[in-house]
Amino acid sequence: MFKPEAEKRATRDGYGEGLVVLGDTNKSVVALTADLAESTRAESFAKKYPERFFECGVAEQNMATIAAGLGISGKIPFISSYATFSPGRNLEQIRTTVAYNDSNVKIAGHHAGISVGPDGATHQATEDIAWMRTMPNMKVVVPCDAVEAKKATVAAAKVKGPVYLRFAREKTSVITTGKTPFTLGKAELFWDSKKPEVGIVACGIMVAQALRAAQELKADGMEVAVLNVHTIKPLDGSALRALGNRTGALVVAEEHQVAGGLGGAVAEFFAKDGPLPIEFVGLNDTFGQSGRPEELLEFYGMGVGDIKNAVKRARKRK
Amino acid sequence: MEPLHEEKLKYLEELAVRMRETLIQTLVEAGSGHSAGPLGMADIFAALYFHVLNHNPKKPDWAERDRLILSNGHITPIRYVAMAYAGYLPLEELKTLRKIHSRLQGHPHRTSLPGIETTSGPLGSGLSQAIGVALAAKLDHKKYRTYCVMSDGEHQEGNTWEAIMFAGKYRISNLTAIVDRNNIQIDGATEDVMPLESLRAKYEAFRWNVIEVNGHNIEEFVDAVHEARAIFEKPTVIIAHTIPGKGVSFMEGDYTWHGKAPKKDEAKVALHELRTLGKRIKSEHE
Repeated sequence: MFKPEAEKRATRDGYGEGLVVLGDTNKSVVALTADLAESTRAESFAKKYPERFFECGVAEQNMATIAAGLGISGKIPFISSYATFSPGRNLEQIRTTVAYNDSNVKIAGHHAGISVGPDGATHQATEDIAWMRTMPNMKVVVPCDAVEAKKATVAAAKVKGPVYLRFAREKTSVITTGKTPFTLGKAELFWDSKKPEVGIVACGIMVAQALRAAQELKADGMEVAVLNVHTIKPLDGSALRALGNRTGALVVAEEHQVAGGLGGAVAEFFAKDGPLPIEFVGLNDTFGQSGRPEELLEFYGMGVGDIKNAVKRARKRK
Repeated sequence: MEPLHEEKLKYLEELAVRMRETLIQTLVEAGSGHSAGPLGMADIFAALYFHVLNHNPKKPDWAERDRLILSNGHITPIRYVAMAYAGYLPLEELKTLRKIHSRLQGHPHRTSLPGIETTSGPLGSGLSQAIGVALAAKLDHKKYRTYCVMSDGEHQEGNTWEAIMFAGKYRISNLTAIVDRNNIQIDGATEDVMPLESLRAKYEAFRWNVIEVNGHNIEEFVDAVHEARAIFEKPTVIIAHTIPGKGVSFMEGDYTWHGKAPKKDEAKVALHELRTLGKRIKSEHE
């Protein structure tokens, strides 16, 4: 299934394509941005459906609240900005006027994770999953590649209520196809073996990293399984339990703070459902910095080697 | 909206006084909440629910209804009272305000009570929600109008000015904002805490049509609403000059009444004054 030489595209590109599909098929869909139409890939929708596109200027709080008004009036607004600004800058507006208000708003948080690269930590969203998954009424989706991002965008419009979609800036390997199953709320096994010793649970661009690790581990003679948990909320408990039962130890890999993200969600689940050893790959209570995406991932402990080491640690703890 | 005849005007004025009485009773029962703002906006809420709005209390979700967005959610008690008088909820239910399992949350929650259009309380985000509602009407070619009641203090929020800028750009003319210019906020007079003047010049600079009225003169207010409906180029803001605590002498103009409810003995005095005002008092203990 996974080829290292696979085509590379950014998940934000999939978002832009998904938006256009929605524009073509659903007249209720409208899009808003806060001076980031091109970078968030909302531009294609804006060009094709200018009457359903609203440029808010550099005003993320206004963008979220206007969307909240649209969302309670029969529209399906998608708001696009960098995740550090939306849902960062406008977090309270999202909490009150989108989540508590139960307005049908889809929040597209772009430039998530450390792979944003040279822009530096101000523009690298590394706490956003934690913010959003603790919010009642909110669903949280982190697609693993551009193809899945397109599917997730289209799927978000079909579920009623607030959804947070998280996208990355950097081009990464396309690891799924149009035929790969995708259902919101349902995790998918992307790598399996007869007797996996450790299960790797990942989201976003870390799924491809996990697959690379799995491939290398296999060459070293160690079997693992990789579960793509694109929907962090609601969490697919039965898929996690099944993986936990088969492996007895897990590694969670995400481009986010170790605290509060997918790792937190998985740990909460197993603490209640029957504990097992879990190792966490992500940012350890630190901000990022400027640099090239791949060197930042290595420096902050989210490289392929880091995942392999975490797998070995997890196995030892069984 | 029908013309405002003299008889109707008199009815609305008397209704506003009765609403103030019910408000005081409601706040005493709740034991906490805001007094000054709701009292100051009683005349405008009477005018909105009983003259201006095209609505049907029996069908709160009617698609063609005018939308009333309350941005400064803390004055929601006067809205609940107006809604109770209009038939959205039993008057008796006002006693549940701020209590557990009540539909009447301390700050309004959209999905708790039919007829409440948005969740509000945190200031500065009502106008932009009203813009979203009005934009949806434009996209769908619907005729309903959107009204947004705001406080003056929330013009210190950046989000408010982002919204004002946006509405000017997109000429949201099916939206009328109503600013309760009562000059007070929690920490004192608005012009001491963070000066807002000149509000008129600021709105005009952001491409809005501005009308200033005496917020206790229902006729003036209704005239302003009519004028706003006739303007198709710009959004309109009605700056309503009001007296916080209006109708209760010891609350009028006193910012310390912004965020507290009267105690039983204070309520007794307040009710006595309001009943005198309504010319319906017979004894101290009525």
